[in-house]
Amino acid sequence: MHTTFETMGTVVSLEWAGEPARVTDVRRIFEAADRRFSLHRPDSELSRVADGSLELLDASSELRGVYATALGWRGETGGAFTPHRPDGALDLNGIVKAWAMAEAGRALGDGDWCLNVGGDVLVSGQAETGAPWVVGIVDPGDRAELLTAVPIVGARRAAATSGSAERGDHIWTRGREGAEFAQVTVVADDIVTADVLATAIVSGGALSLDDLTGRFDVDVLAVDRNGELRATPGMRELVAK
Amino acid sequence: MRRRAAVASVIASAGVLIAGFQVGAAVTAGRTTTSSGTGTGSSGSTAGTGSTGSTSSGSTGSTGSTGSTGSTGSSAKDGTFNGTTVQTPFGPMQVAAVISGGKIADVKVLQRTDQGGRSVQISNQADPMLRSEVLQAQSANVSTIGGATYTSEGYLQSLQSALDQAGFTG
Repeated sequence: MHTTFETMGTVVSLEWAGEPARVTDVRRIFEAADRRFSLHRPDSELSRVADGSLELLDASSELRGVYATALGWRGETGGAFTPHRPDGALDLNGIVKAWAMAEAGRALGDGDWCLNVGGDVLVSGQAETGAPWVVGIVDPGDRAELLTAVPIVGARRAAATSGSAERGDHIWTRGREGAEFAQVTVVADDIVTADVLATAIVSGGALSLDDLTGRFDVDVLAVDRNGELRATPGMRELVAK
Repeated sequence: MRRRAAVASVIASAGVLIAGFQVGAAVTAGRTTTSSGTGTGSSGSTAGTGSTGSTSSGSTGSTGSTGSTGSTGSSAKDGTFNGTTVQTPFGPMQVAAVISGGKIADVKVLQRTDQGGRSVQISNQADPMLRSEVLQAQSANVSTIGGATYTSEGYLQSLQSALDQAGFTG
């Protein structure tokens, strides 16, 4: 079965097999996250923290928890991922979607399902008996084409992709020359790790790529500005002919 | 910041080994000792000093497949040359240089440890991959589409949108 709905400024596509998925629960999780964290809503809790009308210490434990998680990742990535805009304003946009996806995944539980939120993917089980969920990766040079396909197998559950060219993306890159990578896909055991590291590598470039792939158990496919590919050994196996 | 220093150290050591390869085919940096300790800010010079000595001492540590045979001239032989493990202020590290057409085509980190000197990691470096090497995919053969975040408007133009519509009719 299959459903799509709009939330958090993007579109959720959920596919599942067998038992009825808890679509209502999933929808509720994203809508609650949007109400709390959207900076497009002046009345959201995060907007009120950002404009100073609500002290961070008085904010909900949920918001403080997400902020603490984001700060932890800032440390882990040497600052390549950060919950602050260049002007210092608080912006949890880079982590809230993945965090909400993880929550939705817990609500969906075991079974066979595939959750796609704006191009980031979290799966459970398999697409069909004996067949894994397969994520087609868009070619950043031609978004009507696929670059390749990545099966999500073993302990892997998540594939997140970040880009430097996409309109509406909020990745601040280091240096004046702009991003080295046009698009970075990270496959990991959980969606927050995948999403944060994809963002960090687009932001931090080749240095972050080498550093983070050495320290985290992830598979990475990076497309540089000339369309050239770089892949970790695990990713190379997944996408090889 | 310490992470960045470690990265800088890796690069410095790779450069050191490149210098070693260029001087004489498969001459590799020997084991150097450092005074360990904090070493903040002096990692580059420490590594550089150590390797200068080791290059002249000409260790025989190469385990490269086609390496280390003869060639005392300036042109290195093609192949992959593994350097010996080098002690750095951030722990032991080993790199390999890929020589092609007498030039260094690539340098890979084979192993390194974190600052705490914990377990040696197998390299998970992302290396260049040709487009012709990757599985060419048709959207009909995939379950879902991954790509840099799209907005609600962007979704309408996306492959995922096409796939969702196919899912509803099929």
